[in-house]
Amino acid sequence: MEKSALKELITSWAEGIEFDEEQEFLQVNIPREHLHEVAQKLKSTPETSFDYLFCQTGVDWPDCLEVVYHLESSQHGHIIVARAKTENRENTTLDTVCDIWPTAEFHEREIYDLLGVVFNNHPDLRRLLLTDEWEGHPLRKDYVDDINMINY
Amino acid sequence: MEVVDKDKTIPGDALKSQEYFVNMGPQHPSTHGVLRLVLTIDGEIVKRIEPHIGYIHRSIEKMCEKDSYRQIVHLTDRMDYLSCHINNVAVCLAVENALEIEVSDRVKVIRTIIDELTRLASHQLWWGVMGMDLGAITTFLYGFRDREMITDIFEETCGARLTMNYNKPGGLMFDIHPNFQKRTKEFVEHFKKKLPEYDQLLTGNVIFQERTKGIGVMSKEDAIAFGVTGPAGRASGFECDIRKKNPYHVYDKVEFNEVLLTEGDSFARYKARIQEMWESLSIIEQLIDNIPEGPIEEKTNAVIKLPKGEFYQRVETARGDFGVYVISDGKKSPYRLKFRSPGFSNLFILDKIARGSKIADLVAIMSTLDLVMPDIDR
Repeated sequence: MEKSALKELITSWAEGIEFDEEQEFLQVNIPREHLHEVAQKLKSTPETSFDYLFCQTGVDWPDCLEVVYHLESSQHGHIIVARAKTENRENTTLDTVCDIWPTAEFHEREIYDLLGVVFNNHPDLRRLLLTDEWEGHPLRKDYVDDINMINY
Repeated sequence: MEVVDKDKTIPGDALKSQEYFVNMGPQHPSTHGVLRLVLTIDGEIVKRIEPHIGYIHRSIEKMCEKDSYRQIVHLTDRMDYLSCHINNVAVCLAVENALEIEVSDRVKVIRTIIDELTRLASHQLWWGVMGMDLGAITTFLYGFRDREMITDIFEETCGARLTMNYNKPGGLMFDIHPNFQKRTKEFVEHFKKKLPEYDQLLTGNVIFQERTKGIGVMSKEDAIAFGVTGPAGRASGFECDIRKKNPYHVYDKVEFNEVLLTEGDSFARYKARIQEMWESLSIIEQLIDNIPEGPIEEKTNAVIKLPKGEFYQRVETARGDFGVYVISDGKKSPYRLKFRSPGFSNLFILDKIARGSKIADLVAIMSTLDLVMPDIDR
């Protein structure tokens, strides 16, 4: 599907969806309360059928944390970048999408581990890369570790 | 002497099977690095597999937030060290696309040839180790013997055998060695004779086929849902070759087939890699006599600053879809940099496809997924 047709279709699904066409891929900002619902539609609607989540990552912004979903359709070949922001940097909950794309289960564990985004309804939200006793979330910009981090 | 009553010494309950946990790894020869699998087993049958990773997590993404783009290139070949050149190129391409630099055809062709040589070297090592995981030591020696010729070519051209660092944003570090074409052609001729030997030694072996056919079957839907890419995904029929989907370098100008199989079992994943080696040889043959003249690098600023925005570059490594996602705020270091490593997604299908198989088959399945731990842990 063309960018404009995708945009028109997705806008009708929920309120508050915003687009950004400046970038290489079509970017869609989904309000967090509609995240799961819109994600489900992105996958199950035949015209979009975004079934391949090839990258999921988190970003630490000054006022919130953001999770970025890179989606591709193996059938149509089109790509979309979905984004969802948390309320702020303290209240960092978002709905999980691992029931829609199973690969998200481990990507979300990594994002929880390194950035501290808490995913609602995730079946097994534990640290993935770091040890269970680790304090803090290292990919946050304000993370300080006097022993292991070299400042230069 | 007391007569031992068999019924009393082994009470009926003790003969019942019992589930228990076994740690496979982190130091285990067939996990190919420091991967720990917590297996729930019932006798010889694997009931559940829980991968634990992070033993060699080096926080490369965090380090990238302080490094310049030139420095980041040198971190990437420490991730998937068997696809080192392809990883390097991914960062270079991301920076070049963001700065809208068009490298010369010479650079593109040389990068394509070395990409394919890297892929061959990776698959040769995988083939050797795959045989060894199933108890065939000879394959290891054969695989390494042929891989040696490629690393020698690399050594002559870039001075390093494994972590090559042959690329920089804007082009190549230096031109190819005068012997490069001659030795590459020698290698292609040599390996075209040796690859059928691989088939004779392992592919046609009855024991090998019994150990891999119908084992660890992955459906196309699972491959897509879990994001399994590379030869492992294509063996299940998932068209995921980035070289075909989003061609970079000169992949749109050379002729090669995307290896697609439908069985999705361990043997299919094995065959996919063997066939991919033939395709790589064919790509190298098409290009090696036609390296155009031209500059080996474009002019870039000493300190590279990317414009504000987001850039995503995908390349096809020996393991699958590798992605570099850069969020730039206009400074000399990225605001956030994410490496989408193919091994990460490929690993976590293990629980899905290896449940119910025997422990020895789990080793075979893991081997066909071709995991490289530094790529997964980053």
